Amino acid sequence: MDFLIIVVVLCVVVAIVGAPLRRRGEQEVESPEVGELADLEAAKEAKYREIRDAELDHRTGKLSEEDWRALDRALRGEAVVLLKRLDELRDRAAAVS
Amino acid sequence: MATVGRALLIVAFAVALYGIAASIYGAVRRERAWSDSGRRAVYALAGVLTLAFGLLEAAFLRSDFSFSVVATHSSTTTPAFYKATAAWSSQEGSLLLWVWLLSLWSSLVLVLVGRRVREIAPVATAVLLGLASFFLTLTIFYANPFDTLAIPPAEGVGLNPLLRHPSMMFHPPMLYSGYTLFSIPFAFAIGALITRRLNAEWVLATRRFALGAWLCLGIGIVLGARWSYTELGWGGIWAWDPVENASLMPWLIGTAYIHSIMIQEKRGMLKVWNVSLVLATGTLAILGTFLVRSGILDSIHAFGASTLGVPFLILIGAMVLGSVGLVIARRGDLRSEHQLDSLLSREAVFLLQNVILVALCFVIFWGTFFPLISEAVTGTRASVGPPWFDKYTVPLAFALVALAGIGPLVPWRRMTVAAVRRSFVAPLLLALALLVALLFVSGARADPKALAFLVVVGFTLACVAQELWRGIRARQAVAREPAPVALVALVRRNRRRYGGYIVHAGFAVLLLGVAASTSFQHARDVSLRPGQSVRVDGFDIKYVRAVAKPEAEKISLGAVLDVSKRGRHVTTLRTSRGFYPAQDLSLGIVGRFFNGEAESEVGLRAGLGRDIWTVINPDLGPLQRIIAEGNRRFRSAMLAIQAKGDGSQASIGQLYALRDAAVAAVARRFVTAPWSSQFRFIVSPLATWIWIGAIVTVLGGLIALWPAPLTARRRVTAGYAARVARELARS
Repeated sequence: MDFLIIVVVLCVVVAIVGAPLRRRGEQEVESPEVGELADLEAAKEAKYREIRDAELDHRTGKLSEEDWRALDRALRGEAVVLLKRLDELRDRAAAVS
Repeated sequence: MATVGRALLIVAFAVALYGIAASIYGAVRRERAWSDSGRRAVYALAGVLTLAFGLLEAAFLRSDFSFSVVATHSSTTTPAFYKATAAWSSQEGSLLLWVWLLSLWSSLVLVLVGRRVREIAPVATAVLLGLASFFLTLTIFYANPFDTLAIPPAEGVGLNPLLRHPSMMFHPPMLYSGYTLFSIPFAFAIGALITRRLNAEWVLATRRFALGAWLCLGIGIVLGARWSYTELGWGGIWAWDPVENASLMPWLIGTAYIHSIMIQEKRGMLKVWNVSLVLATGTLAILGTFLVRSGILDSIHAFGASTLGVPFLILIGAMVLGSVGLVIARRGDLRSEHQLDSLLSREAVFLLQNVILVALCFVIFWGTFFPLISEAVTGTRASVGPPWFDKYTVPLAFALVALAGIGPLVPWRRMTVAAVRRSFVAPLLLALALLVALLFVSGARADPKALAFLVVVGFTLACVAQELWRGIRARQAVAREPAPVALVALVRRNRRRYGGYIVHAGFAVLLLGVAASTSFQHARDVSLRPGQSVRVDGFDIKYVRAVAKPEAEKISLGAVLDVSKRGRHVTTLRTSRGFYPAQDLSLGIVGRFFNGEAESEVGLRAGLGRDIWTVINPDLGPLQRIIAEGNRRFRSAMLAIQAKGDGSQASIGQLYALRDAAVAAVARRFVTAPWSSQFRFIVSPLATWIWIGAIVTVLGGLIALWPAPLTARRRVTAGYAARVARELARS
């Protein structure tokens, strides 16, 4: 009984771990753009959060109207740069594939 | 089933080794199939270890004494609840729990990151599986929970009485969850350093796990403190014990990390600092595990001397050297993208808080390892006690609590003088009012340090309250909602920010409880007979009667006490000390029931104003003569049975029944002819606020941890500025 349990566990483990290798015919190789895209997406999310935080800081009195407008303008400018870079990279990745 | 258990551990070890190889190959060759196979090895590992841990739990619940670990840590008389927890009271079981939790959390992070952090994930997978392999090596070769006994005993030794406490169901799993969850940002940091992908991506992918680790470790620490308060019989929550300190150090550095990563996320700054903090946290988590297991430092929480010290030291050495080497090698990639704009900014406050937390950790590290340091330098092992720790940690805690209030008021980048005035005037005025009230209304002026601390706590709570109020007002200006609805909406939309503020408030309340309950505590150790009274902090506590409860599991000797104030009944306290039978037969047939291990049941009346705490330590001296007589008589009876050759079950059973009756009769003597018992009474103000503060902190942590609504990531073809506005409005 013990032996049977161990054999069943082994078979299940081999099936789980080996499944991606059985589909290897497609030979998916990671493209370098993938990592860069992820970096930019993360930077964009962080920038959006920064814009929202600045707005909340303004609404709760921590930033004056003038300071907030200047900061918001700068942050949105940085977000636009990130979006442009993201689009360029996506276009490049699409062209390669 | 032990064979299956041992085989499962070997299968798990093989899976972990394969996963390391597959992940590294996939990362180097950039082949997704191999990386995926490595990732699946983690899932398989979690499955195999779940089976193994289930087998061990089943052995404990069945009282299967053929398992060595069950025979030495459980018994048939151990209640089922504690049988389930006994698995991690042993070195062997706790190592298995550690690696099982690591496999579960590793699987969760790999499922959640999905196709993100593609380059880092395979390296992180290899690191996580490397840690799992280390712990599996220990469980297979050093402390195997599936080792069996050639001749299983009829009865087990039983669970250590001190571990029979409800907290013990959750305290170790929470601590281990904290330690193992901290391994995740550690592994991803290593992955980011190796692959040179050092932007905010890995931070974002693991931020929630760092927060989860911080939360779990914090809950584990608080449960340990609660256990100490209600079980250990000394009335305190923290003794600066090495093992307690070992859990606090990664928590402190983890706290620094979860604050400073926000600076990296937003400003691309402090990359070297952040990566160093997370690598230190991961290493300190392993150091904490090492301290519990190696027995190198004396602690009531440790498993005692073992052979695990050397493997752990090798692992810690490799982690430290590898971390330092990687950070130095990648220092060029870790350059900050921006500079600090102003010393009056959220970034600067976070930095100061980080420095204080690291200093606090260093003080605790120094005090904890001082016995080893002093032994290495002078040849004599000397240790430092609570007064030494208090001398350095109290001022640092002061500063931390103050910063918990200041931080939320300060915006990112810079704060103008006008904004300083707007934000700080009200909290400072409130703190001043509190100072005046405490000086003239309460007796707090007797202790200026405690008084100052209470005022700082008041300031911090006022800061957080002001922030919440301003947030509600801002929300109302837009949505015109009633205040409670606006508060809920505000917190829901800004979970991380307001969850964090709630954590700050909870932390301040917790430290308020600690400061007040220790500074203004009244404690007395007295010897009382039934009918006698003692006065503690204005409360008259009368020893009403003695009680005894002989049970199969333990014999409890205790007292019922009446507490009154100015003649009015306040509460009735019940406290007892439970004596568990020893396995050592040299203590005598009757004596082993009274001279084994013991634990205290604390009598506690908890209240928002103060706790009244007591514990009894019955003097067994007057019983020793009767116990010795019982030992002599039963030994004679045994010898007589043996001499007659009447070893039948019936006569031995009869003798055991007589023994049990004698043991019960001896216990009853404590009630029928009572004598003086030693009591400790403690009246401590605001002690309950420690636990309330902890609950608020956990609540805030959960709010911050809870995922925000998913940001829509559809591509918009409109102009970029409009697209930013649109995407911001959607999230």
